[in-house]
Amino acid sequence: MKRKHRRLAFVVVGMVLLGAAAALVLSAFEENLVFFYSPSDLAAKEIPEGRRFRVGGLVEEGSVKRLADGLTVEFVVTDLVEAVPVSYRGPLPDLFREGQGVIAEGVLTAGGVFRADGVLAKHDENYMPPEVAEALKKSGKWKGAQ
Amino acid sequence: MIAEIGHYALVLALFVALVQGTLPMIGAHRGDAAWMALARPASAAQLLFIAVAFGSLTYLYVVSDFSVANVAQNSNSAMPMLYKVSAVWGNHEGSLILWVLILAVFGLAVARLGGNIPPALRARALGVQAWIAIGFLSFSLFTSNPFLRLDPPPIDGRDLNPLLQDPGLAFHPPFLYLGYVGFSISFSFAVAALIEGRVDATWARWVRPWTLAAWSFLTLGIAMGSWWAYYELGWGGFWFWDPVENSSFMPWIAGTALLHSAIVSEKRDTLKSWTILLAIVTFSLSLLGTFLVRSGVLTSVHTFATDPERGIFILAFLVLVVGGSLTLYAVRAPLLKPGGLFAPISREGALVLNNLLLATACATVLLGTMYPLFLDALGGGKVSVGPQYFNATFGPLMLPLLALAAIGPLMPWKRADLAGVLSRLKLALAAAAAVTIGAWVVVTGASPWPPLGLGLAAWLFTGALVELGGRLKLFRAPIAESWRRARALPRSAYGMTLAHSGVAMVLAGIIASQAWQTERIQVMAPGDAVDVAGYTFTFRGVRELPGPNYSIQRGEFVVTRDGAAVARLYPEKRFYPVQQMPTTEAAIHTTWLADLYAVIDEAQADGAWSTRIYHNPLVPWIWLGAVVMTIGGGVSLSDRRLRVGAPVRRRAPAGATSQTA
Repeated sequence: MKRKHRRLAFVVVGMVLLGAAAALVLSAFEENLVFFYSPSDLAAKEIPEGRRFRVGGLVEEGSVKRLADGLTVEFVVTDLVEAVPVSYRGPLPDLFREGQGVIAEGVLTAGGVFRADGVLAKHDENYMPPEVAEALKKSGKWKGAQ
Repeated sequence: MIAEIGHYALVLALFVALVQGTLPMIGAHRGDAAWMALARPASAAQLLFIAVAFGSLTYLYVVSDFSVANVAQNSNSAMPMLYKVSAVWGNHEGSLILWVLILAVFGLAVARLGGNIPPALRARALGVQAWIAIGFLSFSLFTSNPFLRLDPPPIDGRDLNPLLQDPGLAFHPPFLYLGYVGFSISFSFAVAALIEGRVDATWARWVRPWTLAAWSFLTLGIAMGSWWAYYELGWGGFWFWDPVENSSFMPWIAGTALLHSAIVSEKRDTLKSWTILLAIVTFSLSLLGTFLVRSGVLTSVHTFATDPERGIFILAFLVLVVGGSLTLYAVRAPLLKPGGLFAPISREGALVLNNLLLATACATVLLGTMYPLFLDALGGGKVSVGPQYFNATFGPLMLPLLALAAIGPLMPWKRADLAGVLSRLKLALAAAAAVTIGAWVVVTGASPWPPLGLGLAAWLFTGALVELGGRLKLFRAPIAESWRRARALPRSAYGMTLAHSGVAMVLAGIIASQAWQTERIQVMAPGDAVDVAGYTFTFRGVRELPGPNYSIQRGEFVVTRDGAAVARLYPEKRFYPVQQMPTTEAAIHTTWLADLYAVIDEAQADGAWSTRIYHNPLVPWIWLGAVVMTIGGGVSLSDRRLRVGAPVRRRAPAGATSQTA
């Protein structure tokens, strides 16, 4: 087999692989890109029902309620201008607290309640998720250097 | 005083690095042996100064000198000694010092062990190493100095982040860094070879042990991190495709590809230009990982507080390193002479396919990790890429790779007979079929994919053993003959068998735990029982206990199976008063075929607690497999032919030795 043929064989295999990877990536992106919105975005935009997205802001002071089943938690995420109620059943991160930054992922239900299936809080005292920081900056309620 | 000594030592190390980065390079260019030889004492001096700096910082932590800002922010007098020491690298500033310390250790190792490396190549490689050190030392000194004083000093420190006060995480960063920094050696050799314009099989022989060592450390480091996430985050999962996890995983994928392509470069003197490119890419991905973790540009469950200015510094450094080395590559790579010919169906062909698949998989992970950054930079909105994206792209690319991993090692160099190779794998095929059918019978009615995945793991595992058995002529020759062959076989052959069977174990663990995990979330009062996967978990309530620097709420579960006692589980909620932060400690009992995993979440009325209980089949195999892979790397590294200082011997013509590789 000549060098030219060998190279051609590998180029063909490489192209096929790249094509397959591109197809996989495109189809997976379609399904799995999760957009981030602040509560103000939610108030302003029309978001299709059933579409997964993330919402982030601060957990409103005094809004955290545990339902009688002991497992479901309801709280309000706010950017201090708009707010959205969130319902979540599952384990909360250790640093989930009122007045702190939080990101919830899930879908918006018909009643306007965000049903989350995952909640991210921060890992340490000083950390604020960058999306939340930006949402707060946009709503003009940003305080502090972080 | 100690802090000032440390600071001063760091400045001196920077100046030594500047000398080491320039004079030996000029010497190599001019052919001046004395200037080239400067690299060796310089690398020793650099290690000395950085060790003094690191030692000073460790001392400040050990004696809890809170007049140093870094110590005050990350330590506390009540912390156990282990965490006072691990707090040195549990923060940004200190972890950079650890980075340069490991870099200096490796640099000295190149200088001392590489006695048979041509002086010019060694001088250049050490020069490139010095430039990496210059980058990190000035980063440390100008943006992240750990020796800054506080005035007035606080009475006590602010404590190490409680999540990091854990034995698993105490050693996770050093191993990751050993991996990252190890790849910097492959990078330095690649750049040095490009400057020389000459790459031969002996070059690959020097690069391979370093790559192998780095890869083994990184494997262990990633496994430790995922183990920590498994028991400390308390979600029962071990991998979240989180940007920070991905940033340690991408260098690993690229490093795995480099490990395999370096074999081809060494044995067959071909694929050299690709190997060089991989060495550059692997280290660039290590730097990118550092950038992603340290700059905090991505939202991650693992991100800690960060400073954007530092991000810009690392980004600039990254652009310089990646841009510079790729430009050099573009100019010099065409000069490299192509090596021997081979047919597509051959060991070389299989290794090329391995590299193509790994490179593609690495690219999909890179795309998924960086896409949110690009989209945001272009004003396209804030997005995150979910774990399903990675499962849907990375998974399908891994399947052919893992199937190939059993076939490739059986192929001879240059030209192979695929039908003959496959017929030797009859046993592996039978094992795969048996496992698939067996698993499908046990979990009737469910999706056929997980049993097929387990079959693939069995195929890979048995294939690795078949390959080894073939070399030993096991059951085909008298046992004495097999024993003689077993002793004569190079260690790297055992290393490969171990590494490949380790991959098979990891695969089995991932598939079984993803497909057949059982999760039960409920509120339990003391005395309540819940059945999970055939086990009965009886809740005995929660007690309050004191801890060294935290308070404990410890739950108790009695686990029985058919009335027989299995285990007692003690999951904890800990509360660290200094940072006002709770942590969750899962309790795990492993049967080595499955983990029984219990967590207590929230106190309810009347002593009841919300609890979560998981049954995770085969999960321990993931870490067991990673350890087996690491041992494989170590065994291979101990091979006489790969030993760094071993004399270079001329190889017999390649065709005659095709089975010893």
